[in-house]
Amino acid sequence: MTGLPPGSPMNDSIALTMQHAPAATRRRNLAGEMPGKIVVDGLDFHYGGFHALKGIRLAIPERRVTALIGPSGCGKSTLLRVFNRIYALYPGLKARGRVLLDGEDILSPRYPINRLRSKVGMVFQKPVPFPMSVYENVAYAIRHHEKLPRSRLDERVEQALRQAALWDEVKDKLRHSALGLSGGQQQRLCIARAVALRPDVLLLDEPTSALDPVSTSRIEQLIDELRNQYTIVIVTHNMQQAARVSDYTAFMYLGELVEHGPTSVIFSKPSRRQTEDYITGRFG
Amino acid sequence: MDTRPHDHIVRSYDEERERLAGEILRMGAMAASQLEAALGAVDLRDGHAAARIAANDDAIDDLEREVSHNVMQLAMRGPLARDLREILAALRIASDIERVGDYAANVARRAATLAGSPPLPHTRTLNALGQLALSQFRAVLHAYQATDAEAAQRIRTRDADLDALYTGLFRELLTYMMEDARAITPCTHLLFMAKNLERIGDHATNIAENVWFLVHGEDSLPPREKRDGTSGPGGAPAPP
Repeated sequence: MTGLPPGSPMNDSIALTMQHAPAATRRRNLAGEMPGKIVVDGLDFHYGGFHALKGIRLAIPERRVTALIGPSGCGKSTLLRVFNRIYALYPGLKARGRVLLDGEDILSPRYPINRLRSKVGMVFQKPVPFPMSVYENVAYAIRHHEKLPRSRLDERVEQALRQAALWDEVKDKLRHSALGLSGGQQQRLCIARAVALRPDVLLLDEPTSALDPVSTSRIEQLIDELRNQYTIVIVTHNMQQAARVSDYTAFMYLGELVEHGPTSVIFSKPSRRQTEDYITGRFG
Repeated sequence: MDTRPHDHIVRSYDEERERLAGEILRMGAMAASQLEAALGAVDLRDGHAAARIAANDDAIDDLEREVSHNVMQLAMRGPLARDLREILAALRIASDIERVGDYAANVARRAATLAGSPPLPHTRTLNALGQLALSQFRAVLHAYQATDAEAAQRIRTRDADLDALYTGLFRELLTYMMEDARAITPCTHLLFMAKNLERIGDHATNIAENVWFLVHGEDSLPPREKRDGTSGPGGAPAPP
């Protein structure tokens, strides 16, 4: 994979992110390859005539949690949905620029959508389990991508449910309808469904907004357990949640990336006035 | 560039912030008055004033408890960035001011004892030390009120002058004690008082560092020059 062209304005923001990137990512940079698991290079996005994302340049570090924050309409959920090209389902939505996943441009029509969806999993704000059994919810996607004997499939389903910290609660009701689970359990089931395919990246779009505080804490604990295995990008409206769970934070406003960096810096001493105003509840 | 925060969307947040800052400044003003009165008691050899000053220290302690309570209330709102730095700084500064109040009361108590002994020429130097400590303390409260990190840094640097004055007085007093054993008791009191004033200077620099932290976060200040030489090998003069 080739690196960015010399003199690219991306280099400054990469340099800032790279200072704090895990060692593996830094080594790849020294080898001249792309830094960051996902690299957004000059992304523009339009909903019909509306310019929703403007020249976004951002590197998402590998196997860390990156939070996208910003007021309603800033483009954070739009950006998240670009990462798995879910916008492609709808007409009139256009993305221009490059988004590199492991150095390959996932916006290119040549990048197979199935491969993308197996590498990038997504969990939405409202838990949306399939109207099937708990077991089938997890097995469905695996079967879609892989041909496995029943015993191996059972193992994979159990692994996924354990990873989502749900196994102990559902092991005796795998054949029960998923719709009978509580909201928090349903959301963990959706996470199990996402990790069942062993993706590299997990996209979480306000995963706890619809949950009670205890379920929220359970999901945050889960994110803590998953962070060393997956590259996680989380959109959240809750500043304290972003401060609790993420390693890096990117603040967006009106379709632009205003500031990004280590969470500990963004939430203790952001460099942009706009960022500080937003996270302290002085505008939004 | 105007670094003062914009108004919070929730008005009560800003009201509580302002109340907290007001309490800190009131505490500081009380401690400064205490110190000024204590220095006056030394100068005028007024034993009664000293007792009054020592009794007033409780009011400063009460305010520190108020500050602590208000910080807790603000912390429950989950403050971040500057708001978070503000409450952390307020907690630390209140603690420093409370110590200044204690030291002022100590100086007053020893002034009462000293009033019973013959006057010493060194009380003039002690007064100069005290006035410098008082001016540093007042200046840093002003820097806190204005959230002026640059002024805070200057105050911090000037502490070296206070340390140097303290070291000089320390040596003077030791020399005097060595020359005349009758001076040991009053000079010992003066030594303790001088040390209390030097510590007030240190607390003023702590407050300065917290003002810096409030404005700049954890960006570090350059190392501070310390000129308190009393504990070094050249601290004590050679015996006669």
